[in-house]
Amino acid sequence: MTSVELLIWVRGPGLQLSLAAFILGMTYRILQTYFLGRAKNLAEPRGSEWVHGIKTIWWRSFFHPGMTVRGYFTIISGYMFHLGFIVTLLFFDQHIELFKSWTGLSWPALPPIVITVTAVLGIAALVAVLVDRFADPVRYLLSDYQDYLCWTLTVLPLVTGLLLAYKIWLPYTSLLTVHIISFELLLVAIPFTKLSHVFTIFIARWYNGAIAGYRGVQS
Amino acid sequence: MVKPASLAEHLECHQVSRRGFLKFCALTTSMMALSPSMMPAVARALEKARRPSVIWLSFQECTGCTESLTRSHSPTIENLILNYLSLDYHHTLQAASGDAAERAREAAMSENYGQYILAVDGSIPVKDGGVYSTIAGVSNLEMLQHTVAGAAAVVAIGSCAAFGGLPHAHPNPTGAVPVQELVHDKPVVNVSGCPPIPVVISGVLAHYLTFGRIPDLDSYGRPLSFFGASIHDRCYRRPYYNKGLFAETFDDEGAKNGWCLFKLGCKGPTTYNACATAKWNQGTSFPIQSGHGCIGCSEPHFWDAGGFYQPLSAGIGSVGTLAGMAVVAGAAAGTAAGRLHQAKRKQAQRQHEKVTVADLEETDS
Ligand code: SF4
Ligand code: SF4
Repeated sequence: MTSVELLIWVRGPGLQLSLAAFILGMTYRILQTYFLGRAKNLAEPRGSEWVHGIKTIWWRSFFHPGMTVRGYFTIISGYMFHLGFIVTLLFFDQHIELFKSWTGLSWPALPPIVITVTAVLGIAALVAVLVDRFADPVRYLLSDYQDYLCWTLTVLPLVTGLLLAYKIWLPYTSLLTVHIISFELLLVAIPFTKLSHVFTIFIARWYNGAIAGYRGVQS
Repeated sequence: MVKPASLAEHLECHQVSRRGFLKFCALTTSMMALSPSMMPAVARALEKARRPSVIWLSFQECTGCTESLTRSHSPTIENLILNYLSLDYHHTLQAASGDAAERAREAAMSENYGQYILAVDGSIPVKDGGVYSTIAGVSNLEMLQHTVAGAAAVVAIGSCAAFGGLPHAHPNPTGAVPVQELVHDKPVVNVSGCPPIPVVISGVLAHYLTFGRIPDLDSYGRPLSFFGASIHDRCYRRPYYNKGLFAETFDDEGAKNGWCLFKLGCKGPTTYNACATAKWNQGTSFPIQSGHGCIGCSEPHFWDAGGFYQPLSAGIGSVGTLAGMAVVAGAAAGTAAGRLHQAKRKQAQRQHEKVTVADLEETDS
């Protein structure tokens, strides 16, 4: 298979299959979680589950003082990575073109130089959390292969994307192929690893909020 | 007419001065993408060079490649090269037809056996014994095999000859293949493009003429001097690409301002060709300069590489059906797994036996 044939494959069947695997996996995980069901609460409700659930999804995305109990490192690196990654993924022109081809929707992009900064910040945060994971004996002992796999699959699209944007090391065709493959691997891995939190975190947040809402307390 | 034996004589017979000859050498040097310091060496080589015979075979093609080569206005480097070479057989350009034409090919072959350059445009159908394209009752496959035997080198002109081109596109009903899949014992140069740039065709021929060998090639067998850089790398709209300024439609402000055509499907980043530098129509312009993205015509399989107006970062083909199937399959599997879990839980609840104080006392004793 030549490099051109490989690029055609990854842009065509490769992308379609990985997207299908992602959709299949996520639907499976969400429904499976839904059918776990919840124990019936016999107490009288003192507030709305839904309002609180939705509010919690939103508010938990933001910083609040209680989060710094264990220091600032996790908070800062966490925000830096997540914002860096999400902005790079959603606000780069060429990525928007991909989402547009899938959904028909498009939105304004950020200038490439801003995307370079967000991608670099994302990579820097990922490197920092990896170093911290090795340096902190407790975290190190708690880590298993899946943590390192998820880390690698997350950092690869950022690194290959940066190499592609500046055409470093390999010709454009090869870099584009490698970048798309890294994205496809991430897509396939998300539903079946800890990375599934990209969706399940919202279910978990909603659940926490809903319990509190039912009891009429703050979540 | 007695054909002159060397380029110097040929030009003399066309009343071209020494100055004109040196200008021609300078042009040839630049055409081969060599450094200007090579010009004296080129002049010396051309003075001595013999006039090579060229046999041009056209197979499954649209004649666009020949059109490209001949649609240049004289006096051009293309014409000079064409006059200088002895083009002994070419369906479209020769006066002879029928049996006479085929006899001309046989004669050229036997006169220059082992020495001639074989130029091929169009792909070769090999399915069902090659019946899908024949010339004078001879299949393209047979004619290629017969003619290539006495060739010194083969120049595959156009994307069809180089990579299969349009006939090779999915589902390839005739089993079309490029020259390089059939010729393994002769040097093959791929001058791809649909059509290829005339100056690139003549540049390759000039290289052979000057140095007596084929130029250095890339991994797809294309001359590096013309196919070494991508369109994107040489594109004058590149600063707009770098700044993220794109035309969204063919007549919006971006298009009028000459912004990058990536979103309109430009395949310049993955296409290697000399359009951005050599340009077309006597160096007048090239597609991107005229406001249309590059369609990637000099790359293998470019017909199967997605829509011409689909951006490179978008996928090829539609995802709707597969995505729908994935939702259904995921929902079925998720529901089944969830129900199974519920059934297990109910069973566990049913089988749950309560422990009484008496049981515990029994255990203690
Ligand atoms: S490469 Fe293109 S222009 Fe040349 S013969 Fe084939 S289809 Fe025609
Ligand atoms: S118009 Fe095409 S080749 Fe030129 S910079 Fe834009 S993408 Fe690259």
